Amino acid sequence: MTAYIIRRLWQMVPTLAGVVLLVFFLFNWIGGDPAYVLAGKISNQEQIDNIRRQLGVDQPYWVQLWIFVKQILSGDFGASWSTNERISSIILTRLPPSLTVLVPLLILETLIAIGLALAVAYVRGSLTDRMVMILCTIGLSISILVYIIVFQYVFAYKLGWFPVQGWGDSFAENLFRYASLPILIGLAVSIAPNLRLFRTFVLDEINQDYVRTARAKGLSENRIMWVHVLRNASIPIITYVMAALPALLIGAFLIERFFSIPGIGREVILAVERSDFPVIKAITVYVAVATMVFNLLADLMYKAVDPRVQLR
Amino acid sequence: MATPSATLPRAAAPREIPHDVSPGLWTLAWRRLSADRVGMVSLAIVVAFVVLMILSGTGLVAKDWAREVGVNYAPPSFVGADVEAGAPAAPAAPAASVSAGDWQSSIVDPLADVIAELKGTKRAAAPGAAPAEGGSVDPLADVMADIRAGKAAETAAPATADVRSATLPFGGDKWGRDVVAKTIKGSETSIFVGIAAALVATALGTLFGAVAGYYGRWVDDAFNWFYSVFNSIPYLLLILAFAAVLQQKGMLTIILILGLTGWTGVFRLIRAEYLKHKSREYVQAADAIGASNARRMFVHIFPNVSHVVLVQLSILVVGFIKAEVILSFLGFGVPVDVVSWGSMLNEAQNELILGKWWQLVAATVAMATLVTAFSLFTDALRDALDPKLKGLKGH
Repeated sequence: MTAYIIRRLWQMVPTLAGVVLLVFFLFNWIGGDPAYVLAGKISNQEQIDNIRRQLGVDQPYWVQLWIFVKQILSGDFGASWSTNERISSIILTRLPPSLTVLVPLLILETLIAIGLALAVAYVRGSLTDRMVMILCTIGLSISILVYIIVFQYVFAYKLGWFPVQGWGDSFAENLFRYASLPILIGLAVSIAPNLRLFRTFVLDEINQDYVRTARAKGLSENRIMWVHVLRNASIPIITYVMAALPALLIGAFLIERFFSIPGIGREVILAVERSDFPVIKAITVYVAVATMVFNLLADLMYKAVDPRVQLR
Repeated sequence: MATPSATLPRAAAPREIPHDVSPGLWTLAWRRLSADRVGMVSLAIVVAFVVLMILSGTGLVAKDWAREVGVNYAPPSFVGADVEAGAPAAPAAPAASVSAGDWQSSIVDPLADVIAELKGTKRAAAPGAAPAEGGSVDPLADVMADIRAGKAAETAAPATADVRSATLPFGGDKWGRDVVAKTIKGSETSIFVGIAAALVATALGTLFGAVAGYYGRWVDDAFNWFYSVFNSIPYLLLILAFAAVLQQKGMLTIILILGLTGWTGVFRLIRAEYLKHKSREYVQAADAIGASNARRMFVHIFPNVSHVVLVQLSILVVGFIKAEVILSFLGFGVPVDVVSWGSMLNEAQNELILGKWWQLVAATVAMATLVTAFSLFTDALRDALDPKLKGLKGH
């Protein structure tokens, strides 16, 4: 097990090096000289000169690359080009709001989708099943933008049940006041694809021999579905949810933008709008690292829930 | 007694003997597909959208989409003319405060427009710094009203040519352009970007997957490394990073962004297929008759994996249409003067607060119809091409 983890961590090194090269290639090579990028965005020539010196624009590319690698290793990406805020502080302060919305969202959507998937798979092939699947397909076809626009208009603007947008200082206020509508929208958007997927996972299990055995033993249908089937179906579900975790870090960036939630996703959009390269570079590299770590965790979790799995 | 003339028909005869040609993959797939009613209906809808896109692209349909045929925010006919147009929204869009009736009179009196415009700006200025929300709704409204006032004054003489209707069949946008024509024009952008980007991504993924799977060893390792690099960055973040770097906006840029970032899924599947196929006997046979590597890869193996490519292409088109809408909405997609479903939704967001819902509905219905049809068609296509997969619909 330990050997496996060490080997996996070791395998991350070339991938991470690739991410660094890709980001460097994008922002330093294609992105080019910040003086051109920032022309018209920052009028202060001194500041631009400063940025150019920090990046080492006049130096050969390998020196620039070394500067970038040093930034990553030390965790110090310098300051944002547009607000001059330290990038480490940007990431640390934007993470909690994103998580406040996304952790409850992830838990709720997984639980609801599992419950519905078990119910729909139980009546597989029936009219209910087909109607739910058709609704899911249609629900998936409507742009997430429309969900956000309409929900925000109806529930916040017209009915006034929720604040239209905003973010407070206390965690409880944020969670129960400002995050509720974003979570609701997130649920509306994510239930359909999750339900479709989880349903196939449950269907794979529902015809297995052990289900027939359990039924022959005289177990209640509830026990069969919730204990026997769910346990086995949860193996792919857990893998899937773990794989979806990295997306938490950039968040439901559209939701954050609409509701002015000061999270990582909104920060990325702002940075793209302002050509604030260091912020995007830092977030991309960190999210890539997190993705690799979560993938490893997903495999370990897979092993934990299914002892048959051999880790290679 | 075998005269040449007698042997000739005999030699030709075997060719004429009717024998059962076993239908090929595509014939079988088409038969299965045409038996699938849902699949055929969705195919018809998709084809209709594509035809509409081509007609619009060649200027046969919706050519005059930019003409301001109705009054500002002309409501749909079934709703009826808007009599108390935008009273609360006056500061935001002075032009909107001019009701249908006023427009008619403005044609008679060229100055009425200007006066209304002045009144509008005065009202906008009067409540001081007009509420942030109102101000942000439409920063261009004043400018547009100015332009239009000038135009109205100019064209006042042949006024009859510029009659704007109070309602349009399905409503008008902020400038009174017909929403239906605009949606058709928007579909041109969205569908074209979706299809073109999917072609780029599929071509890249297929090429990489073929080379990696066929050659194996270090080539495979190199491409796998490349794949894991792209795969370790969440897709949307990757798109935004590309969008940040590629500064100039335009259809080509967005096609490139989506195409360069979207190849990974195709790569994984095609690589696995080539790994499976490269040691099969027919490939060895091709080797034996001296076919080059490239010929074996693309003439011999490719037709056998092309059904996978086709299904992936179809999945990507749906994904990219959705992605284009989001990117254009955020302003990272097509330029502002190009209409797309995303830019329509962007306008509609502000219009909804004023109670003008028709543009939102038009763009949403068009997009949802196309995407639903395309997804159902993709499912049908997959079932038709690979019946073994039937039921495995999670992706």
